Amino acid sequence: MSDKKQDDLDYETTGHSWDGIKEYNKPLPKWWVWTFYACIVWGIGYVIAYPAWPLINGATPGLLGYSTRGEVAAEIARVEDQNAAINAKLAGTELTEIAADAELHTYANNAGSAVFKTWCAQCHGSGAAGAKGYPNLLDDDWLWGGSIEDIHATISHGVRNETDDDARYSEMPAFGRDELLEKEEIVQLTNFVQLLSGDTPQDAAAAEAGTVLFEDNCSSCHAEDGTGDVSQGAPNLTDAIWLFGGSYDDILETITNARFGVMPSWTERLDEAEIRAVASYVHGLGGGEASE
Amino acid sequence: MLNYIKLIVLGLVAIFAMIAASYARDVAYQVHAIIILAVAAGMFIWTLRHTDEPVVAAPQNEYMDNVIRAGVIATAFWGVVGFAAGTFIAFQLAFPALNFDWAQGYANFGRLRPLHTSAVIFAFGGNALIATSFYVVQRTSAARLWGGNTAWFVFWGYQLFIVLAATGYLLGGTQSKEYAEPEWYVDLWLTVVWLAYLAIFVGTIVKRKEPHIYVANWFFLSFILTVAMLHVFNNLSIPVSIWGSKSVQVFSGVQDAMTQWWYGHNAVGFFLTAGFLGMMYYFVPKQAERPVFSYKLSIIHFWALIFLYIWAGPHHLHYTALPDWASTLGMVFSIILWMPSWGGMINGLMTLSGAWDKLRTDPVIRMMVISIGFYGMSTFEGPMMSIRAVNSLSHYTDWTIGHVHSGALGWNGMITFGALYYLVPKLWNRERLYSNQLVSWHFWLATIGIVLYAASMWVTGIMEGLMWREVDANGFLVWSFADTVGAKFPMYVVRALGGVMFVAGALIMVYNLWMTAKAAPAVDAEAANAHATPAE
Repeated sequence: MSDKKQDDLDYETTGHSWDGIKEYNKPLPKWWVWTFYACIVWGIGYVIAYPAWPLINGATPGLLGYSTRGEVAAEIARVEDQNAAINAKLAGTELTEIAADAELHTYANNAGSAVFKTWCAQCHGSGAAGAKGYPNLLDDDWLWGGSIEDIHATISHGVRNETDDDARYSEMPAFGRDELLEKEEIVQLTNFVQLLSGDTPQDAAAAEAGTVLFEDNCSSCHAEDGTGDVSQGAPNLTDAIWLFGGSYDDILETITNARFGVMPSWTERLDEAEIRAVASYVHGLGGGEASE
Repeated sequence: MLNYIKLIVLGLVAIFAMIAASYARDVAYQVHAIIILAVAAGMFIWTLRHTDEPVVAAPQNEYMDNVIRAGVIATAFWGVVGFAAGTFIAFQLAFPALNFDWAQGYANFGRLRPLHTSAVIFAFGGNALIATSFYVVQRTSAARLWGGNTAWFVFWGYQLFIVLAATGYLLGGTQSKEYAEPEWYVDLWLTVVWLAYLAIFVGTIVKRKEPHIYVANWFFLSFILTVAMLHVFNNLSIPVSIWGSKSVQVFSGVQDAMTQWWYGHNAVGFFLTAGFLGMMYYFVPKQAERPVFSYKLSIIHFWALIFLYIWAGPHHLHYTALPDWASTLGMVFSIILWMPSWGGMINGLMTLSGAWDKLRTDPVIRMMVISIGFYGMSTFEGPMMSIRAVNSLSHYTDWTIGHVHSGALGWNGMITFGALYYLVPKLWNRERLYSNQLVSWHFWLATIGIVLYAASMWVTGIMEGLMWREVDANGFLVWSFADTVGAKFPMYVVRALGGVMFVAGALIMVYNLWMTAKAAPAVDAEAANAHATPAE
């Protein structure tokens, strides 16, 4: 091809001309032909070595016995074998004792981090900071308790789902939708909750009027001082940390229609070691509380 | 007489569309019925006004160039629309706030993405192919298009298909098959238009005055035939109701997936490769004024290309429910396809031997050469990505997007620009383009734009592929999916800027072509006549 002596003039055209276009009758470039042949030879070898030709039942398996599913299964089995001993240890150790074993603790946190990124990050965020309706797991404000046992129970069974009888459950009444309170009373309560959280209420007189309403309707769950009750997932209303927003409109909406945050039960998807790992990970994110 | 039949048919179509619009079960169908009603009613009135008027017979000794002029305009128009849509959705990916709340369900990324892909592939690419194939088959057969005004039916019928497809996407009328999104009635319409296109092309070849069929026409014909077959099989579906857009695919599960990617890959192979090679085989030797490098190579690589391409689809479904044997065959045929694809590159580039100096003086040649270069690059990258081991890293990542765009912007885009720069002076009887300097500006904007696009997608693609698979010593994933999305942000901005440059280049082209038709010096009557009629 790069042979300078074989100038274009040495070649004939095919003799045809289409709208002035002619074609040289040059041979195929040698490197092109040989690379083409090499690809074909490689292809023949490859279809002998790997599953390739369909038959009536199944296909030729190939000399190497390769399968994509087999490859993945082997890889998973290798990792599972490698981690089997420490997983068994993790599943068999008291939750409160995990942190005492440095090797186990490190393993649990690494495994928990991977579980979290795969299964939890969709709602709680990859950094675990949560979003509106999905709790922030980095702080020390816990709806259902922040000890490692509490966290473990929440992950295992979930919250307000319909699949697990042991799921954590509580339901706030929809005071407006179900006509338990008058609209004006809800406005007064909303102002009072603003006051309770340290915010300036929109209407101070209404907030004042809400005091009695709060005692009558809310304090059985949220406590008389509004600090909530982790045994029934009733949020602390005095700390200015809000799951569904702390603006006047958000609070009004919450009291009127209530909220019903759901978390799935993970026992069916994750094994005990994985649940313990992610419980340890979440407990260690910053706000984990000591066990009693 | 013909006009009376037309009136009856158009009247019936209009009445049916009116009924369909009132019974419509979904918005997309209703809007489409109204569009069809408007078109049929408009044509009814137009036909009525022209019935029994004296008809001026078209000069049968001249080439039919009016429809090609319209095709050139449509190509440029849809090109700008498609590139702009692509650039906008690139910004949507970088800045999700551009998925405006008020436009949810119409102009969010999911709705606009098929609008972009169809606009560039089918509206821009399809109009370019129809226009250039009509031009090339007439010139290289020394014959006027067969079928008279059927060519106009194909042109306008294809524009109607585009409008129905595009409005359907925005309104949610889609069968969710990539590059085959339009619903059943739009598919049926396209089938009618496409068969008319096939008839015109074959008819013109049959009545050719040259003893042999030129290589460009082999490629065009294989493209038209194969696309007809692919389109019909991949769109086999049963409408849920004749009054609604929704339909159910005949194939299901992995068979449906395999049919889809048999179609999808050959849409690339025959629409975007074979068809555009037909374009290259005419416009490169014409612009370079040199003979084609090798007749023998053109035969061998043509037959090898069309035989091998049709098998390559399964490489889109590695590591899925598709059986391993099918995936192996797809990969092997893709790799053997490498040299047949490069045969076109060699024939294109080596045609310039003896005329390389024109690269300095003729920016249109430069455009064609870089397009062949991108063709060579993406037809190497494609086989490489079809290798299972490479695909396990590249699949589902931005690498695929980068690959597609180096082919689409670089090869299809640039060769089409080259063809448009060749065609407009010829079709509007001008001595030359309005400005070669503007062509140079277009060339550099487009080239740098493509490089920014492809390079940024290589970076994000390989990065996210590696992040997805990264595990620690215990086999645990290191990154969450959201981490990989966040990491891509800077490259997404770079990609979008590449798109801006590409659109800017296309706008410069449109201005240049407009001014060429308007203001460039005209050729004399003799030259105009020589262009418009077959040589004796």
